[in-house]
Amino acid sequence: MAFEAPAVGCGGGMSMDWEVVIGLEVHAQLNTATKIFCACPTTFGAAPNTHTCPVCLAMPGALPVLNVAAVDKAIALGLAIGAELNRHSVFARKNYFYPDLPKGYQISQYELPVVGKGTLTVQMADGSEKIVGITRAHLEEDAGKSLHEAFVGQSGIDLNRAGTPLLEIVSEPDMRAPAEAVAYLKKLHALVRYLNICDGNMQEGSFRCDANVSLRRPGAPFGTRAEIKNLNSFRFLEKAIEYEILRQRDILESGGSIVQETRLYDANRDETRSMRSKEEANDYRYFPDPDLLPLVLDEARIERVRQSLPELPDAKRDRFVAQYHLSIYDAGVLTAGRVLADYYEVVADGVDGKLAANWVMGDLLGALNKAGIEIEDCPLSAEKLRVLVQRIEDKTISGKIAKDLFEEIFHQGGDIDALIDSRGLRQITDVAAIASMVDAIIAAHPSQVADFRAGKDKLLGFFVGQAMKASQGKANPDQVNALLLERLHAPE
Amino acid sequence: MELHDLSLRQLRDGLHKRDFSAVELTQTLLKRIHILNPQLNAFVTITENEALAAAAKADDRLAAGENGLLLGLPLAHKDIFCTADVRTTCGSKMLEHFVAPYDATVVARLAAEGMVTLGKLNMDEFAMGSSNETSHFGPVCNPWDRSMVPGGSSGGSAAAVAAGLVPVATGTDTGGSIRQPAALCGITGVKPTYGRVSRFGMIAFASSLDQGGPMARSAEDCALLLNVMAAHDPRDSTSHPAAASDFLRGLDRPLQGLRVGVPEEFFGEGLDPEVAAAVQAGIAELERQGAVIQSIRLPNNPHAVSTYYVLAPAEASSNLSRFDGVRYTHRSAHIEDLTDLYKQSRYEGFGAEVRRRILVGTYVLSAGYYDAYYRKAQQVRSLIREDFRRAFAEVDVIVGPTTPGPAFPLGAKNDDPVAMYLADIYTIAVNLAGIPAVSLPCGLTQSGLPIGMQLMGDYFADDLLLNVAHRYQQETEWHLKRPQLAVGEA
Repeated sequence: MAFEAPAVGCGGGMSMDWEVVIGLEVHAQLNTATKIFCACPTTFGAAPNTHTCPVCLAMPGALPVLNVAAVDKAIALGLAIGAELNRHSVFARKNYFYPDLPKGYQISQYELPVVGKGTLTVQMADGSEKIVGITRAHLEEDAGKSLHEAFVGQSGIDLNRAGTPLLEIVSEPDMRAPAEAVAYLKKLHALVRYLNICDGNMQEGSFRCDANVSLRRPGAPFGTRAEIKNLNSFRFLEKAIEYEILRQRDILESGGSIVQETRLYDANRDETRSMRSKEEANDYRYFPDPDLLPLVLDEARIERVRQSLPELPDAKRDRFVAQYHLSIYDAGVLTAGRVLADYYEVVADGVDGKLAANWVMGDLLGALNKAGIEIEDCPLSAEKLRVLVQRIEDKTISGKIAKDLFEEIFHQGGDIDALIDSRGLRQITDVAAIASMVDAIIAAHPSQVADFRAGKDKLLGFFVGQAMKASQGKANPDQVNALLLERLHAPE
Repeated sequence: MELHDLSLRQLRDGLHKRDFSAVELTQTLLKRIHILNPQLNAFVTITENEALAAAAKADDRLAAGENGLLLGLPLAHKDIFCTADVRTTCGSKMLEHFVAPYDATVVARLAAEGMVTLGKLNMDEFAMGSSNETSHFGPVCNPWDRSMVPGGSSGGSAAAVAAGLVPVATGTDTGGSIRQPAALCGITGVKPTYGRVSRFGMIAFASSLDQGGPMARSAEDCALLLNVMAAHDPRDSTSHPAAASDFLRGLDRPLQGLRVGVPEEFFGEGLDPEVAAAVQAGIAELERQGAVIQSIRLPNNPHAVSTYYVLAPAEASSNLSRFDGVRYTHRSAHIEDLTDLYKQSRYEGFGAEVRRRILVGTYVLSAGYYDAYYRKAQQVRSLIREDFRRAFAEVDVIVGPTTPGPAFPLGAKNDDPVAMYLADIYTIAVNLAGIPAVSLPCGLTQSGLPIGMQLMGDYFADDLLLNVAHRYQQETEWHLKRPQLAVGEA
């Protein structure tokens, strides 16, 4: 996949003469119950080395046995990105020494990965679409962790994570701006969670990203790249690439050349720094793992995974546009995550889709964001929010009252209809009652009435405010408006 | 005959007739081990207490009327098979104090039959060697002549069986490590079809070549043991779903019409004339029993040794990376930093031959050399497989010498690794192809050293090979020859 994009001006005053070329390598931890080559649990946070066995401890004579659940999850991703699924793939050993790598090699896939070329279509903020090529995705095992804190002059090794299944998803160098890289990563993040193949927890490292960044003159061959590691948030990805663009531009514009190397992003200093150069890089001595047979996918198995696939984000977005009459943008926001989309669909069931969307995207996401809560842990059920929206729609309460009620039930809970009744929040829609209130307001403000009639149309707001105040917000604003206009325009 | 000379079937009959108990049998052999092992160094670890406890349990089961074919019978394991609660050294300082928390599948299966394990047998370090001289625990001596090597790497197993310390033992064969010591010690050894015997808990040397198998004084005893050793194991991905079979059933089939191929390449330069003559006599015996002999070609066999010495070290260099000084292995006392931890622990923990093979293996997998060595060797491996495929379209069994010569003196080849590697010139192709092979005694040299004859078969023809070996042994007495051992010396 190669196509030309216009040169992009990036933040930090990048001169228009350079084009940034970005490719991402994402490690998605597959959410299988057990590890990829043994039966140990994969749950996070257990006491060190309690989720281990002779296989993942690399005891002598212990042998790996492939967990087919991990294969099914790789197939699911392959199908979702329209990729070639290799009917025959091979596990290989990547050899290097590190204390948290107990076998002295990582079982991965090298020459023949399970998932071949695919694509991911990314929506940019300006509404444009970008197709990013995916080179491959392969299965491999995670390493353990070295613990340097809490030990003096020593390091601890926790092998609970050793052998956790990973899917490494490698993109083509198709992205031409930090924003494109972020959009791609977000899309992929949403996708793996939709597919229920990865929990997407970036903080715990279940979804990790390395970025390959280089600069070139538009149309020129790719420049030398630097690989940036340790990008565990969307924001860090963006900032690290922005930093890297400036760093490389300065080198190139001062006549220097870029060294191919691995760099580490330091979020505290907002900079990347060199970890190791190409010369210092390990020779991994990949070769096919003789302990594992080639992985053969049969059609029945692929078909079974295909049947079990959920509705994917793009399809869901298009359905939301058609079914709920939403804008593509709103539908995109609501379908960015499967949990949010499901939440929205419960709220929108039987009520106006656009109104439901406004409440979910506005008040609900705002409140969650403010409280620092994920939608997965939302304290307010979708069914309850739907009742609230219904009460607006059937004019039981006003929008203003609804906002107050939302705040309350979001934080404290409670039954909406009971609250409406017990507090007397029911909207006043009785024409006679509103009319007498309107008449009283007009009578009490003769000078404003005169000014209005003299042409100060803006004073309408003043009268509406008075009416809402008098009704403690319960008067139906549409009716108030209509009656006020009727009375004010009426001949004296 | 004395207890230590009896076959498994004879021992079983004795147990069932109450001629002796399993405990008595165990005590008798332990006594013999204590007398002879100091001369032979076949055992690295003798598990006296565990053995007596297992024997008492077997006696209880026998008394309760159980009649398993192997119940109460003694054996010992090559120290490459992990045993729970008993150390497993693999002949290396690296694992001198390693105790596995699990039994190898082979160990567990034989124990479940009620066999009594007398101990762990010496071997070349990490099974790398053809003379048992690379063991951290010192060389094993050949029972036929204690100045000679027993062969390797399963030298402890071969010597123990030949000396009557155990009736049967387990071994492993990566390039001839069961067959070559069997030949040099005058016993019968089986390298099964790759995938027959689980590799779980068997410390890996070269995973695509390693295969466990039985070593005994007769083909029939090997068949008895292989009946239990061969089984599909879900814990070994390379274990074959149809691994299990009854190797006793067809043992007596006559050899009438059997098509026997004799490869020209196995009788060329470098073959000791006494060995050639004994093997030709063995082939004549098969012919006498009705087999049809024909000459065949295995044109790529001359490339087997060089192919093997690329592939086996490549796999070994990776397999042995887990012995890193971090967890259960030897750890150097002289370390300043992490690099030291690796370098010093591995330098101290591994012997020279193991280090040599790790270096070779690392080299052939390195960027820039992979295609020239590893990939090329894999291609030659396919050609060697193809040789056998063509041959087995014409013949049922291929017969030749197991080794180019009889046992050689201890120390004779220590300074010349290539000369040592050539001791496996006839056995290696079998591992590269993954086919089964048997070595059985077929003669003695003038100086009284055993000579081995090798039978090779197509995939899963292990039963046919045992059948041919058994028929041969029914009509000959080479397998009944015993070394003279000075039991009074101790």
